[in-house]
Amino acid sequence: MTIPMAILADAAPVTAAAPANVMVTLVLALALFGIGLVGFLTRRNMILMFLCTELMFQAAALAFVAFGRMWMDLSGQLMVIFILTVAAAEAALALGLVVLLYRRKETLSNEAWADMKE
Amino acid sequence: MDPSALVPVVLAMADGAHAAAGDGHAQHAAAYADVGALPYAKAGVDAGFSWLKWMLLAPLASVVLCGTFALLKVKGRWPAVFTVASFAIAAALAVQLYRQWGPSLFESGTPLAVPLADWITFSWGNGPFQSFTANFGLYVDGITLLWMLFVTVLATLIALYASEYMESDVRAGYARFFFAVSLFVASMLILVMSDNLIGLYMGWEGVGLCSYMLIGYYAKQVGATAAAKKAFIMNRIGDLGLALAIFLIWTNYGTVQYDGLFQAIASSGAETVQGSWSKAAIPFLLLLAVCGKSAQGPLFTWLPDAMWGPTPVSALIHAATMVTAGIYLLARMAPFYTAQAIGAEWAETALLTVGWIGCATAFIGATIACGQFDYKRVFAYSTISSLGYMVMGLGVGTAFGGVYYVFTHAWFKALLFLTAGAVMHGMAGQVDFRKLGGLMKVPGFRLTMVCMLLGCLYLATAPFSAAALSKDIILYQALTSPVEQVRWMGWLGLATAGITAYYAFRVWFRLALGPVHIEPGPDQHGHDDHGHDDHGHASHAAHAPAAHAPAAHGHGTHAGHGFHPHAPGLRISLVLSLIAVGSVLAGLPSYLEKSNGFNWIQRFVERSSAGIRATVGPEHAEILGRDAHGTLFVLATGVVVVGFLLAWLLHAANRGLGDRLRASMLQTPGLKWLPLGSEHGWYVDGIYHVLFGVPAWLGAQVLATVDRFVVDGVVVNAVGRIPGWFARVFQPLYTGTVQGHALSMAGGIALIVGWVIWWWLSGGAS
Repeated sequence: MTIPMAILADAAPVTAAAPANVMVTLVLALALFGIGLVGFLTRRNMILMFLCTELMFQAAALAFVAFGRMWMDLSGQLMVIFILTVAAAEAALALGLVVLLYRRKETLSNEAWADMKE
Repeated sequence: MDPSALVPVVLAMADGAHAAAGDGHAQHAAAYADVGALPYAKAGVDAGFSWLKWMLLAPLASVVLCGTFALLKVKGRWPAVFTVASFAIAAALAVQLYRQWGPSLFESGTPLAVPLADWITFSWGNGPFQSFTANFGLYVDGITLLWMLFVTVLATLIALYASEYMESDVRAGYARFFFAVSLFVASMLILVMSDNLIGLYMGWEGVGLCSYMLIGYYAKQVGATAAAKKAFIMNRIGDLGLALAIFLIWTNYGTVQYDGLFQAIASSGAETVQGSWSKAAIPFLLLLAVCGKSAQGPLFTWLPDAMWGPTPVSALIHAATMVTAGIYLLARMAPFYTAQAIGAEWAETALLTVGWIGCATAFIGATIACGQFDYKRVFAYSTISSLGYMVMGLGVGTAFGGVYYVFTHAWFKALLFLTAGAVMHGMAGQVDFRKLGGLMKVPGFRLTMVCMLLGCLYLATAPFSAAALSKDIILYQALTSPVEQVRWMGWLGLATAGITAYYAFRVWFRLALGPVHIEPGPDQHGHDDHGHDDHGHASHAAHAPAAHAPAAHGHGTHAGHGFHPHAPGLRISLVLSLIAVGSVLAGLPSYLEKSNGFNWIQRFVERSSAGIRATVGPEHAEILGRDAHGTLFVLATGVVVVGFLLAWLLHAANRGLGDRLRASMLQTPGLKWLPLGSEHGWYVDGIYHVLFGVPAWLGAQVLATVDRFVVDGVVVNAVGRIPGWFARVFQPLYTGTVQGHALSMAGGIALIVGWVIWWWLSGGAS
């Protein structure tokens, strides 16, 4: 990917991050993902579960940024833009679904929706 | 047949024919199975006669039109118009062929071959047994022409009759009925006109199919569908014989085309065929086919049940034409019943088997007919009996007698069935002659009953009738035969003639004479327009059926309960009259023979594949030490008169005596079997049920049990349960909650990641 140098002319010179610094960011992303996963598996409130999925999304986005910096490649950041966009659309959709599910059973607990059990 | 067309030909041919016939007699007297040389002329190909294809295309066009009407459920009388018109075209073409080409056939005896279209032609080498040809082509010789003529003419008349008879079905199945009838005539013409055995087989199956469709025409009645299935299945047994015979014919001769086949037999000497079982089996397999189609021997029981079909169908298919296809096959395949084809011993055995099956069937059919009370079934059994006579004619060595009787029988038996149909039509489907009587006095039924009288006279082979002239040829041939067994067949046939006279007039006397007595039937045709109602049915049903019925009955006149007999209309009367005239004229060839020494039918048979059996026994033979002709006439007339007088005594002069005789026989333990057995067809159906039906049922039960408990129980269901058992172990893990799904997914991913890390740490990457 090539970027016109005029845009970057005034900015401080950007250099590739050292692997140790990248590792710090990745550990942060991993922690974020772990929090999201554990939250998803333990919470029963559908809205909170949804928020946990958002956490996992952002952990992945953070990892993208970190690797993008490591390789000096803007593709990582580009992918983050996509993730944000999709997450926004998905948030609208998922919250709408949660509202509909709530209307059916007057509860936000996902235990009310165990119908796929044999 | 138009007699004016016939006479000039007869006159022209008289001289030559007489000389030829004389030679034939001398030749025939020498041998029974060994007929000497087989003089088969190669068929003359003449594409100028390709207009004959319209004989097939006209009925097929009617099939398409009637089928379209039936599919679109169009109501109306058009199907009858199409059918009658197409049959009339076919009949006109047949007559035209006779006028145009008949003289040359009589003169030269060369069959006519008309190629129409290629169908099956392939080869896998250049050798003699390495090709197979069965094209659409016509092969017309004497018997083909005869069958073409009477099938098309009778079909036209009977279709006209049916157009009135089926009137009450205009809404329900008029188009379907005429569709099947048209298809039948097309198939029948293919059967007789095809130039190879594959085409014959196609027509053979086609007529069987139409027979099935028409027997089961009243499909809402359980009996009709059962009868249709019975006819179809019993015919399939016979068709197996025909199929195997065709296979063996190809294996032995390398062709299925008549022309090549007859010449192959003619050129093979008797010594080359000794001990060839595969050749010797052919005539017996053909006989099996004949037994199915012509209701002979062990396979006859389908024909009485075929009376479930509409009566015009019984007249056309199950009396006049289709059931004679077996006789056609025997006449067509006559060369296979000679010493030249299969060796003298086998040929004699085959002929005797044919003769005995025919003779026994004639006798058994006649005895059963004596015990029936359903007049239509009497005629059905009489058809079985008559067909037995024809087969016996072929068996005792006179294809001429057999074919002549086919011709005369077609007319008078069609007449009998059509009169029976007119009575049924008028009496709301009443078929029990104990519940009818004195119909001669009922207005509108006189013509019908006179026609039935004529038919009964012919069925009874009254002296000088066409039937007697043709049947006596068979008896003459049998009684003057040098073979003792054949003479026994002749005597049994003579006895059968007496029984036939008895049962024929038993029906007519009961129906036509005596006080007027009418109980309407169950009305299976739905005559809503005749104004009789349920009240009429109920009151009639209250009357006891048999003994006290006729004389002292309170009916007085037939109209007593609001039932009005529906007299036959114009078309039925016209057809009855025409067929009655035809029945009488059918004897014309024999009368012309007296003056010209030339029999039209005999010349037809002479100029065909059955020509080797066209002659009649020795000219100057003796029966019981006296002159054969005179003795046979006296004997045949005698048994007919005895049968007639017996019927008159028991069923016209003193019906009480007849009824008392039957009652006393039923009470005598030693004689009980006679009326009961006769009424129930000697329990042949019951015997078949025990011999074949019950074992098949038991076998089915055993197999069903095995299927249910071994195949289903042990094999299929046990194997099917194994995954179920496994599932039951793991099923509790499946909670159906969202977290459960997510946990298993996360666990799966963790396992994969763990494995990748383990793989990486253990140096897998490097």
